Amino acid sequence: MNNTQILLTILVSAAITICLRAAPFVFLGRKGELGPRVRSLGNMLPAAIMATLVVYCLKTIPTGAWGENLITIVGVAATALVHIWKKNTILSITVGTVLYMILVHIL
Amino acid sequence: MRKSELRYAFAKSIPIMFSYIFLGMAFGILMNQAGFAFYWSGLISLIVYTGAFQFVMVPFLSAGTGLVTVALTALAMNSRHIFYGVSFVEDFCKMGKRFPYMVFSLTDETFALNSTTEFPIHMNKRNLMFYIAVLCQIYWVIGSVLGGIMGQVIPFDFEGVDFCMTALFVTIFIDQWRKAETHIPALAGLIFSMVFLLLLGADNFILPSLLLSTVVLIFYGQYKSTNIDTKGAEDHE
Repeated sequence: MNNTQILLTILVSAAITICLRAAPFVFLGRKGELGPRVRSLGNMLPAAIMATLVVYCLKTIPTGAWGENLITIVGVAATALVHIWKKNTILSITVGTVLYMILVHIL
Repeated sequence: MRKSELRYAFAKSIPIMFSYIFLGMAFGILMNQAGFAFYWSGLISLIVYTGAFQFVMVPFLSAGTGLVTVALTALAMNSRHIFYGVSFVEDFCKMGKRFPYMVFSLTDETFALNSTTEFPIHMNKRNLMFYIAVLCQIYWVIGSVLGGIMGQVIPFDFEGVDFCMTALFVTIFIDQWRKAETHIPALAGLIFSMVFLLLLGADNFILPSLLLSTVVLIFYGQYKSTNIDTKGAEDHE
């Protein structure tokens, strides 16, 4: 691939990504005035999206190996428990990730 | 004032800092191994700026994949981003010159952080959102360039560090759950994504599950507002 082709590939990827991110702003109006329906949707959607992203991070579980799944579940459980207990985002992420990394290395 | 806002934004961005620097490095290393110098990985992280799809771009670039395939894959992998702006239309549109950058930099992580953080009232929320967005991209670009320069030489074994992204989403999910008046949106997202994951597999479940969640939440919002209306009418009687 020559440099022009590389650059074209990058530009096409960038253009598609930007269009997707800009879509709601184009369709819902740049003026910034929203109807109550869209506003209520905008308030509720983040929770649904976060739930989907959590599932996205765990998407290998249905097809994954038993050992890997166990490590992932232990990591998520540790993160969640520490977070429910201490309510400190950085602490929860650190404990969960370090535990996960240790388990990945041991098993 | 501005300095304290920047400091606050930095503190909020620390969880993303770890995941972005390490994942960016992994991307740079992959690019380097495919024969692309660090400035290519830096450029991609600067103007494409999207997690998983950048990793897919590496084999595309080395194989010289056609632009149509590139475009369709980008469309499929990033379609979830269509939903992210809905929550930010009002805020971003009031951000003037920063508006285009805020739209461009709407990744999973900046979306997650900016949609859930309860910004202090004495600080300018829109400044904080902008600082968080810029800081996150700086981490991502630094990681990509570092990885591109280092290539195979990794200072330590960081296998598993990408779990911090999962951990970040889990903590945000719990925070949202605590604050929520109703758990319907979270449950809808959770149930639909699990069902579609089992039905359609790991590569295809996000778009249908977000679409269905959106439709259900639109109806739920209507149901709720008509309920409030009738309640209000009854109160008047």
